[in-house]
Amino acid sequence: MTSDPVFAWSAPNLDLHALAPLIVVTVTMIVLIVVDLFTSERSRWAASSIAGIGLLVAAVPIATLAYDGVDRVMFDGAFVVDRYALVLQALFIAAGYVVVLLSTNYIAEGDYWEGEYYTLLLSSVLGMMVMACARDLISIFVALELVSIPAYMLAAWRKRGADSNEAGLKYYLMGVFASAVLLYGMSIVFGITGSTLLAEIGGELGSFVSAQPIITLGIVFVLIGFAFKVSAVPFHTWAPDTYEGAPTPVTSFLAVASKAAGFVAILNVLFVGFYGRSDVWQPLMWILAALTMTVGNLIALRQTNVVRMLAYSGIAQAGYILAPLAVAGASLGTGGDALRSVVIYLLIYAGMNLGAFAVVIAVARKTRSAEISSFGGLFSYAPALTVCMTVFLFSLAGIPPAAGWFAKLSIFGSLASAGTTWGYVLAVVVAVNSVVAFGYYGRLLRTMWMSEVPDGDRTPIRVPASLVFALVITVAFTITWGVLPGLLTHFTDQVTLFSLLR
Amino acid sequence: MKDFLNSWGISLAVFLPLVGATAMLVVPKAQEQFHKVVALVTSLAVGVVGILLMTNFDYDASGKLQFVVDAAWIPMINARYIVGIDGISLPLIALTLLVVPLCIIYSWNHFPEPRNPKAFLILVLILETGMIGTFVAQDLILFFVFFEVVLLPMYFLIGVWGGEKRQYASLKFFLYTLFGSALMIVAFLALYFLSDEIMVGGRMMHSFDMRLLPELATGISAGAALWIFGGMFMGFGIKVPMFPFHTWLPDAHTQAPTVGSVILAAVLLKLGTYGFIRIAIPILPGAAEKWAPVIGLLAVIGIIYGALCCLAQTDMKRLIAFSSVSHMGFVMLGIATLTDFGFQAAIFGMVAHGLITGMLFFVAGSTKERYHTLDISRLGGMLKQIPHMGWILGFSVMASLGLPGLAGFWGEFPAILAAYDPAPGLNVAFFRVLMVVAALGTVLAAGYLLWLYQRVGFGVPKEEFENDPHIHDVSFTEWVAWTPMLVLIVVLGFFPNIIFKVTDGAVANVTAAVNWMGG
Repeated sequence: MTSDPVFAWSAPNLDLHALAPLIVVTVTMIVLIVVDLFTSERSRWAASSIAGIGLLVAAVPIATLAYDGVDRVMFDGAFVVDRYALVLQALFIAAGYVVVLLSTNYIAEGDYWEGEYYTLLLSSVLGMMVMACARDLISIFVALELVSIPAYMLAAWRKRGADSNEAGLKYYLMGVFASAVLLYGMSIVFGITGSTLLAEIGGELGSFVSAQPIITLGIVFVLIGFAFKVSAVPFHTWAPDTYEGAPTPVTSFLAVASKAAGFVAILNVLFVGFYGRSDVWQPLMWILAALTMTVGNLIALRQTNVVRMLAYSGIAQAGYILAPLAVAGASLGTGGDALRSVVIYLLIYAGMNLGAFAVVIAVARKTRSAEISSFGGLFSYAPALTVCMTVFLFSLAGIPPAAGWFAKLSIFGSLASAGTTWGYVLAVVVAVNSVVAFGYYGRLLRTMWMSEVPDGDRTPIRVPASLVFALVITVAFTITWGVLPGLLTHFTDQVTLFSLLR
Repeated sequence: MKDFLNSWGISLAVFLPLVGATAMLVVPKAQEQFHKVVALVTSLAVGVVGILLMTNFDYDASGKLQFVVDAAWIPMINARYIVGIDGISLPLIALTLLVVPLCIIYSWNHFPEPRNPKAFLILVLILETGMIGTFVAQDLILFFVFFEVVLLPMYFLIGVWGGEKRQYASLKFFLYTLFGSALMIVAFLALYFLSDEIMVGGRMMHSFDMRLLPELATGISAGAALWIFGGMFMGFGIKVPMFPFHTWLPDAHTQAPTVGSVILAAVLLKLGTYGFIRIAIPILPGAAEKWAPVIGLLAVIGIIYGALCCLAQTDMKRLIAFSSVSHMGFVMLGIATLTDFGFQAAIFGMVAHGLITGMLFFVAGSTKERYHTLDISRLGGMLKQIPHMGWILGFSVMASLGLPGLAGFWGEFPAILAAYDPAPGLNVAFFRVLMVVAALGTVLAAGYLLWLYQRVGFGVPKEEFENDPHIHDVSFTEWVAWTPMLVLIVVLGFFPNIIFKVTDGAVANVTAAVNWMGG
């Protein structure tokens, strides 16, 4: 039997250094469960500290791997740790850490189950980190489910609130539906190419000239499956309700980290697997991008709840992020630009959006509301929070010197670098949308700076230390990257997925 | 000293206001005196740096960029921190450095509701950084960043400290300008990718360097250049503002606090016209030539339309705002001729308009403070009741209508004259028609301004204000804030060469690019 090559099995070569970040997070999860089992009700606060420390420790091997700078390939190319993966793993860890900071007081004071909460949060982060390395349809799918299933539960964490249950259920049903579509698309792609490895799929698809309809079907289904995850229009309908109903720290996690994971999946399949078939996915991405940003912005204009507004703003931002992919197939140079601009946007988006949610959580501690009107006159009693929020909103609107401008500039840059009419038209669509978007960002600013306090209660807001720390981190990133974008591009400069192209 | 200025002078002038603002940020807002003093000292210190730069400026080589700093900033896209001053930017920087401290002095005891001098002055200082930065930036991305930084403080100045409809006005101001600058950045990027590459550190890269782009952009096809110029036209034209994009201006001016109006009129509008002279025309002279008739036509429509609107206004501040539309029309007409003479007139017009309209807004603000209204029909007899204010208003009105011997004349008259003989390649007959219509605009200007003065200055005070104890003549801080501007209006009126000599060499570079293209 052993001589038969089909059954020959040798242990895969495990590069423990490359796996170290994942191992650290996994160990932290186990520690969390064990500590939760054996500690009394009163010392449950330890959970958030353990989760936070675990994530910080996981950053160490990422730093050493980045310093080492060697691309590590495992499992026949299904799992790759390169610069691209490291930058994104760092993003997920940082975003996870900030979410832990945002959750600390919210979860502790809300009488929720802390040990389980952080365990699920970490397992979702783990899924994202795997996603950054996954170069194989199956490992991408496993990573995606590892991201999503804990997130379904987290969204419904406020068990007694009907809206939280609705949030969780809606998210779950739509997520499962998306997974089914995705799997169907994957099965078609596998059927055509005979491989689940993205690099091999790329080689096969590029050489196929016939079977155009079935290839189109496969690619479109896979991409639509991910479009649900990144809440691209018209697959966005779950996002606002889920965001509004879920606990706010979880919302920030879904809006930033989970969405980024969806984009990472799209980047992986698009640049490694489907790159040769840009004739199929470029038009799809163009339409998705234009539709997503326009619809997201227009609906955001009408929102009266800050979280819902940020949800629709997040949808619009997803449209901006999709935009470079609409021209990514023009040439390898443009493809590289597009990939980098998406990564840059994801990094900056994480910083500014998490910051905005941090302010919302801080303000809600006093007002117990997320209505836009409850932000009235914030400047008169919480000037520091107002200035922070102003920085984040200007960043989201893409106005220098807050970092968002550079993210938008990168998007514009890759659209213009394609040099095609469609690229320029989409750039103008993005430009017009940026103006529309300021309509609602500006309204919130106006409410904070220029309106009266609705109930006349001007007692200052007491912001807990963990939230202050989260704000310091996010403001620092937003300003530093805005003033010195070179610090950021230093890390994203070498990011590429083309080394795997055959 | 010279070495220090060469390497740090400009950066110091740009970022010193931010240092002051940071210092103010950490002190509680109850310490009003501290905030006022720090803001004033900071703006004066910036002024001193500016004076040092100006005294060390080589006026014989005003066409050459001086005090240039060129450092890496965003290596990935080869955007660099390049700053420098030449004869085009020097007068505008001087104007900015003058106006900001005067505004701070003027606000000393005049903080509009809801007061909060700390926030107000921090915003003014951030505004100063943005304005100076825009005038010194020599890299398109750096320029864009400063151009946008200006927006934020002005949005808050109008929105928080403005009049009754402040929220509407501030948002309108912001959305208009944002729309323009969003298209402008797309145009910049198209320019970046379509222009030739240069060797940077061993690899070929595109460049945002405004010094190199005129040469690198020669390869761009005429069609693409027209589109790119169009994008820039939207960005700069809205800021100027040109007809038909001017509708944000009357609202913003009317609702803004006095200091906001003054800075808006004196400096912010110039960012647009400066952009045309500095970026759009020298880099894309071919497209500029095709766009020139459109610009000229819109400029003249703006002159006449603005003047007619002035005649219909009942609010003094709104009238001055529309007169800005009209006056900036002359500046744009000068630019549209694409001649040496036209550009010089435009730059002079920018400075003159900044001083004169700034002065008018100061007077309007002080009038509002005394009478609590700017309704022209309710005002009257200013010369009788508060003669000094009345005379200052009269002086500013005369300057604004372009009386020879005062600064306003040298902005309008040469612009009209330049249209008689536009750059080769432009339709001479068309521009002469524009010239005649623009000249009619000056008559209208005299009409609405003198009529304003007649209604506000002459006659006897209305009954409701006759014995109002609040109405007092020009106060000490007002004298301090206004004297330099009044003196400069006269000095520039008699010695226009102070500016013409500086701009001469620099403008020649711009026209050289145009003529090279046209010839």
